[in-house]
Amino acid sequence: MLNRRSVLQAGIALPIVLTQAEALAQAGDTIRVACAGPMTSSNAAAGDQMKIGAMQAIEDLNAKGGVLGKKLVLDVADDACDPRQAVSVANQIAGRKTVFVAGHYCSGSSIPASKVYAEEGVLQMSPASTNPKFTDEGSWNTFRVCGRDDQQGAIAGAYLAKQFKGQKIAILHDNSAYGKGLADETKKALNKAGVTETLYSAYTAGEKDYNAVVSRLKGAGIQVIYLGGYYTEAGLILRQAKEQGMAVTLVGGDALVTKDFWQISGAAGEGTLMTFSADPRNRPQAKELVARFKAKNVDPEGYVLYTYAAFQIWAAAATKIKSTDPKKVAAELKAHGPWQTVLGPIGFDKKGDVTVPDYVFYVWKAGNYSQI
Amino acid sequence: MAYALQQLINGVSLGMIYGLIAVGYTMVYGIIGMINFAHGDIFMIGAFVSLIALLLLSAGGLMEGPAAILLVLVISVAITGLYGWAVERVAYRPLRGSFRLAPLISAIGISIVLQNFVQVAQGARPKPSEAVISGGIELMREGDFTVQLTYVQILIIALTLAVLAIFTVLVTRTRLGRAMRACEQDRRMASLLGIDTDRTISLTFVIGAALASVAGTMYLLRYGVIDFYIGFLAGVKAFTAAVLGGIGSLPGAVLGGLLIGLIETFWSAYFSVQYKDVAAFSILVITLIFLPTGLLGRQEVEKV
Repeated sequence: MLNRRSVLQAGIALPIVLTQAEALAQAGDTIRVACAGPMTSSNAAAGDQMKIGAMQAIEDLNAKGGVLGKKLVLDVADDACDPRQAVSVANQIAGRKTVFVAGHYCSGSSIPASKVYAEEGVLQMSPASTNPKFTDEGSWNTFRVCGRDDQQGAIAGAYLAKQFKGQKIAILHDNSAYGKGLADETKKALNKAGVTETLYSAYTAGEKDYNAVVSRLKGAGIQVIYLGGYYTEAGLILRQAKEQGMAVTLVGGDALVTKDFWQISGAAGEGTLMTFSADPRNRPQAKELVARFKAKNVDPEGYVLYTYAAFQIWAAAATKIKSTDPKKVAAELKAHGPWQTVLGPIGFDKKGDVTVPDYVFYVWKAGNYSQI
Repeated sequence: MAYALQQLINGVSLGMIYGLIAVGYTMVYGIIGMINFAHGDIFMIGAFVSLIALLLLSAGGLMEGPAAILLVLVISVAITGLYGWAVERVAYRPLRGSFRLAPLISAIGISIVLQNFVQVAQGARPKPSEAVISGGIELMREGDFTVQLTYVQILIIALTLAVLAIFTVLVTRTRLGRAMRACEQDRRMASLLGIDTDRTISLTFVIGAALASVAGTMYLLRYGVIDFYIGFLAGVKAFTAAVLGGIGSLPGAVLGGLLIGLIETFWSAYFSVQYKDVAAFSILVITLIFLPTGLLGRQEVEKV
């Protein structure tokens, strides 16, 4: 008779056999790459952007015959924007003999994960992590396609000082590597321009009730908020500020570049400003790809094209040196270039930062954002 | 003055939501001496059911006036109550004769199951909803500072007090309440005297879930954004509230919820926002050192 225990054992044994079979089938003729980001958590919209970009990039590369004649296999990993989960995800990815990772999204995840990748010999290119530490402290393996917060903050601080002269400014951050880093850089630039903020405070990300913070801003007569943080909290703070009868302009960073921001803030998001690079969707190199996305009814906003570009750059470098060895590819990325991508040509400096970063301001109006 | 009043309003409306959830913890603990760790997730289910009901009603063009909100509330209470019943039936009842920790572990399991179920079924992104009840009253003005009391806040406070009154009557005055108190005192004796203890416990879970779903609806109306993870944080806070107020005591749960809400808010208002949870939990620890049974808890009499 088949008793419970033997059924259980069979149940455990079967997946093991299956995974081994899968591993055998794929060994040799494929190259494993990964895309890691917050597929869940309050930043899931950004993770989704990365996933869309990564899947399209792999599809297009494979359609052209893969890299070095081998097909690419993509793993999509979820770090939930949590530094601890990012490390365990990084270990998983490294354990699968992955050669290249496009990720992560949150700087707080990218930085600890990069240490794992460096040890295990995985090349990492973040489409979105802007905290300077990522490449400053990074080893041979860290690259990013986006700008840095010291650049973003410098532009935001100068703009605040000029545009909102004489108004009361509050700087808020969520204590994450990205949020606090960006807020501090902005504060530095603002103070350098001779303006002192009225209030500098942290808030706890992941909550829904920011009324106490909002009342505090209201009590201090704040007219402008600079927020170093992500879109969910930004939307909630604006929504609750409006409920409390407060008229305030929010200025934020690149983490607000998603339509989900407006869904949360609703009409309270009107007039919100944010820094991001000049809209990648409008660049001539992206035209054909954007049209294909539009045909699928996908708006390639935010970091979709950045993730796509990360794979393009890696594939171009690997093809050029005829090797996917992460160290050799990393050396090649820094030594040569610029690399042709959907974002236009991108080159890297010694640290792995892009050589020509560009930040401009966007404004939210009636559910859409446009460059100022 | 105006500033303190505004923060008081913020704190009370937040605390009332904690209180409503805390009542569920306290009732279940009172009757079977178990901490239902899945209760926070039942609250989250309540919020999701409300959101779905809200979207369906507005798609059908019925989303107008207080009647519609009442309808959302009724749908949410009914479906979430069913979840509460099912959780008890599936995960706790089979373990009733088992050792004390078994249902606790099973509760943690259910909590993870519910979270993941909603994450997979509804997606991981935060779900926004339009403000259904907007606007409010300007209570007072001091210079540029206005004190706003929104209609949703009034609704939350009124509803919590009404629900609390109804359940106090239910527990102290009705047949079911008497059966619940009997089970609480001595389950074996109660069953010997002809009380259907399984049914009573089931109903307690349904009532607890119903209260959590009311809290879920209020949460949705108040903040307009929910995700599959809200149950964890709210659950922890509400559980703390229940312990602070004296676990097993209904008014204690609401009092505890109010205190946690007020401490968090006033700490954020006058001190560092980052340390508000530290403040709230430190007060919990201090209270428990001096009053081990919580503020309104009874001394546990060891039965011989």
